[in-house]
Amino acid sequence: MGIKFMKTLIVGATLALGGLGVANVATASDAGGTHKLEHQKWGFNGMFGTYDRAAMQRGYQVYREVCASCHALEHLSFRHLADKGAPFYNADTPNPNDNDVVKAFAKDWSIEAIDQDTGDIIDRPGIPADKFPLIFPNAIAAAASNGGAIPPDLSLITKSRTGGADYLYAILTGYHEAPHDFHVADGTYYNTAFDGNQIKMAAPLSDELIEYSPYMVAGEHGAEPHEVAAPVATTDQMARDIVEFLTWAGDPHMEARKRIGLATFLYLFIFALLLFLTYKTVWRNVKH
Amino acid sequence: MSDTHISDGEHEDPSRRDFIYISTAAAAAVGAGSLAWPLVSQMSAASDTRAAGSIEIDVSKIEEGQQLKVLWRGKPVFVRYRTQKEIDAADAVEIDGLRDPETDEARFRPAFDGKIHKNILVMVGVCTHFGCIPVGEAGDFDGWYCPCHGSHYDTSGRIRKGPAPKNMVIPEYTYISDTVIKVG
Amino acid sequence: MSGPSTYEPKYAAAKWMDKRLPIIRMGVDFMGFPSPRNLNYWYAFGGILSLCLMSQILTGIILAMHYTPHVDMAFDSVQRIRRDVPFGWLLQSMHAVGASMFFLAVYIHMFRGLFYGSYKAPRELLWIIGCAIYLAMMATGFLGYTLPWGQMSFWGATVITGFFGAIPFVGESLQQWLLGGYSVGNPTLQRFFSLHYLLPFVIAALVALHVWAVHHVGQNNPIGIDVKTKEDTLPFHPFYTMKDGFAIAVFLMIFALFVFYLPDALGHADNYQRADPMKTPPHIVPEWYFLPFYAILRAVPDKLLGIILMFGAIVVLFVLPWLDTAKVRSMRFRPTTRRFFYIFLFMCFILGWCGGNSPDDLAFTFGHKNVMVDGHEVSEAIGMTFKTLSRIGTIYYFGFFLFLLPVLGWIEKTKKLPDSITKAIHDGEA
Repeated sequence: MGIKFMKTLIVGATLALGGLGVANVATASDAGGTHKLEHQKWGFNGMFGTYDRAAMQRGYQVYREVCASCHALEHLSFRHLADKGAPFYNADTPNPNDNDVVKAFAKDWSIEAIDQDTGDIIDRPGIPADKFPLIFPNAIAAAASNGGAIPPDLSLITKSRTGGADYLYAILTGYHEAPHDFHVADGTYYNTAFDGNQIKMAAPLSDELIEYSPYMVAGEHGAEPHEVAAPVATTDQMARDIVEFLTWAGDPHMEARKRIGLATFLYLFIFALLLFLTYKTVWRNVKH
Repeated sequence: MSDTHISDGEHEDPSRRDFIYISTAAAAAVGAGSLAWPLVSQMSAASDTRAAGSIEIDVSKIEEGQQLKVLWRGKPVFVRYRTQKEIDAADAVEIDGLRDPETDEARFRPAFDGKIHKNILVMVGVCTHFGCIPVGEAGDFDGWYCPCHGSHYDTSGRIRKGPAPKNMVIPEYTYISDTVIKVG
Repeated sequence: MSGPSTYEPKYAAAKWMDKRLPIIRMGVDFMGFPSPRNLNYWYAFGGILSLCLMSQILTGIILAMHYTPHVDMAFDSVQRIRRDVPFGWLLQSMHAVGASMFFLAVYIHMFRGLFYGSYKAPRELLWIIGCAIYLAMMATGFLGYTLPWGQMSFWGATVITGFFGAIPFVGESLQQWLLGGYSVGNPTLQRFFSLHYLLPFVIAALVALHVWAVHHVGQNNPIGIDVKTKEDTLPFHPFYTMKDGFAIAVFLMIFALFVFYLPDALGHADNYQRADPMKTPPHIVPEWYFLPFYAILRAVPDKLLGIILMFGAIVVLFVLPWLDTAKVRSMRFRPTTRRFFYIFLFMCFILGWCGGNSPDDLAFTFGHKNVMVDGHEVSEAIGMTFKTLSRIGTIYYFGFFLFLLPVLGWIEKTKKLPDSITKAIHDGEA
């Protein structure tokens, strides 16, 4: 009976997963417009996938110097950048509020605050506990400055779009010359990945638009901190880096989740085995 | 069927059986324990709450004889620029007779230059009795007076009279420049 | 069924207790409940479901400590849970995935009941209470899905509450009463939160009745014949606690797979966008567990009729005990009905598939034909739309309950039933 049940369960699970697969393919082809979404190789995919710290740090630079002129990171605070598993985590200052790099980043932004003496609304330099400021005060202002399209918040962008990281990468690298028979409306740009192929965001990236600064990687396990040379900021490189950063921004606990997941599975395998042995022992004299 | 009930189990090793039972029970206990950890620890302060746990206060704007009240971790922090008279009064107190013996000196942290400056008193403005906020420049010792149950504190914030058991708390703080202190 | 209690308190304290509040006796009798010897793994889902309910209530109470039911803050508070609350990402994921696992288990449990005829006398009420639990689960699931206040939450709530607007005469005012306004808004969110917190305890109470009923009439079993002697049974503990325990551990692996490695696989990307009353997502689809009913709803062109059919699909479950006329419970001995049951199971999957797709898209492509569009000749696929397919599924769904089960019960020649459970085990039939 046990084997038969297992067989049924496996068949059922395969059917169900197959169904999920079909559903996913169906939605992916819907969202991708005419462009078929290409799967990229990401280090964060898979059961053991982790984020690439260096790429995330470069990605933050891309966000700061390019994306941040229009797009907010609503759900992030500066301190998040220095959390364990985050781009700028430093084991010497485990409290993210004390992380010097992040303190400097925060200072670089101005935060709206209330003057404690006069009650006036003033701008002060940010501190790690502050949230990333909104770029536009409200949705109407955002739409008005961007030809009617509201630049979406980026802190959940890879989670809120079907295709996730692949889709974001495809959008960022999807700007091409429109085919001669395709009419591109005023104020829009041809993009192979966007639904309908007309996007209101101008191509945000171009080769060597920014210059990556070399960065220090904190030495782990007692090793000396060392400098890592930065790659050339090609469109493709920047797209990959910002995707790495924003994937982290949407799912900051991914590494912990997979780590705990692995431990949970190890435990469940042992526990299931023990329960099976117990069950067999309890039933050993019963014909059933 | 009764035959199957007994016969094939006779050469069974009872210690092996017990081992299986005990390991299963142990594994279940380990599982329950590990599951309990996230369920319990979720109630401790979240990281945004903890991030808001430190503040910086500019003390240069306070004038002698004045007190700044700043909210820190949901409680008021008193930053008082004490007058020489208040400092002298606090110094003159006989330590031995106090309910919570503490010198005035011990209630200060070194300033940016490494010295103790006894004019700027930083203190959590919460009565140690039941958590009310004492009133300044009041009470029998011209320090603080708690209106809730009548506790009198001196100019150093030490309990002198009334039901409160302890001196008012000095929070963790450091000078990060000549004029800015970081609390928490 | 359960017979007189065999518990004898050993210690003085236990005796003292037993005279005043025989709670230990109740527990001992409960655990020693005589269960048929031939229960297979499909019978483990009762235990699995209890675990699901406990897990949902526990994680739900925890989430309610951190969640803010306000349209301006709900979405952000969920993000705060996932980012800042210690282990919040885990608990939120367990709750969201847990809802899906709960439904997965309840569907298996229901199909098991269908297959082995567990709704037949004397278990009609047991089945009906079960249906009520399922209905309450659907309501809880729907209300809970609104709370994160994403795009799917908002538009799902708009569409579902729109059902009530279809009721003649009172519909519109009923809908406004439900929403607390002209559309889904803050009053809606707050009452949904309140009810979402309440309903699981209603479910728990119904589960208590369900368990009481099963202890009164006794469990059904794969061959569907009554327990005749004590030989036919085993005490629930340790025999079925251990067997169920193993099944639960296996089930937890599937649960963990989703929680840790596929946390978003069962949800929608759109729900990571804040609710926007000015913009509808291109495809509004409910959670997977509602898809078959959604397909039935959309199979009919008329709004009211669609809603009636959709609710009818659940109502029909309540009257099932009187629709199936067969004397034999288990479909093991009903070869013809069994075949139709497998088709029914398949059709439920088909309906689910239809529910997840646009009605006018093609489910199957038969070929291509050339049509003229703007003076160009364009090849267009021809085939069966999801709408047509969902109509076939809907007809079969109702046909199975309203026609096949009553008729097959009269005309089908069933296989010979074993004399007893013990005999069947001996002959290798159970």
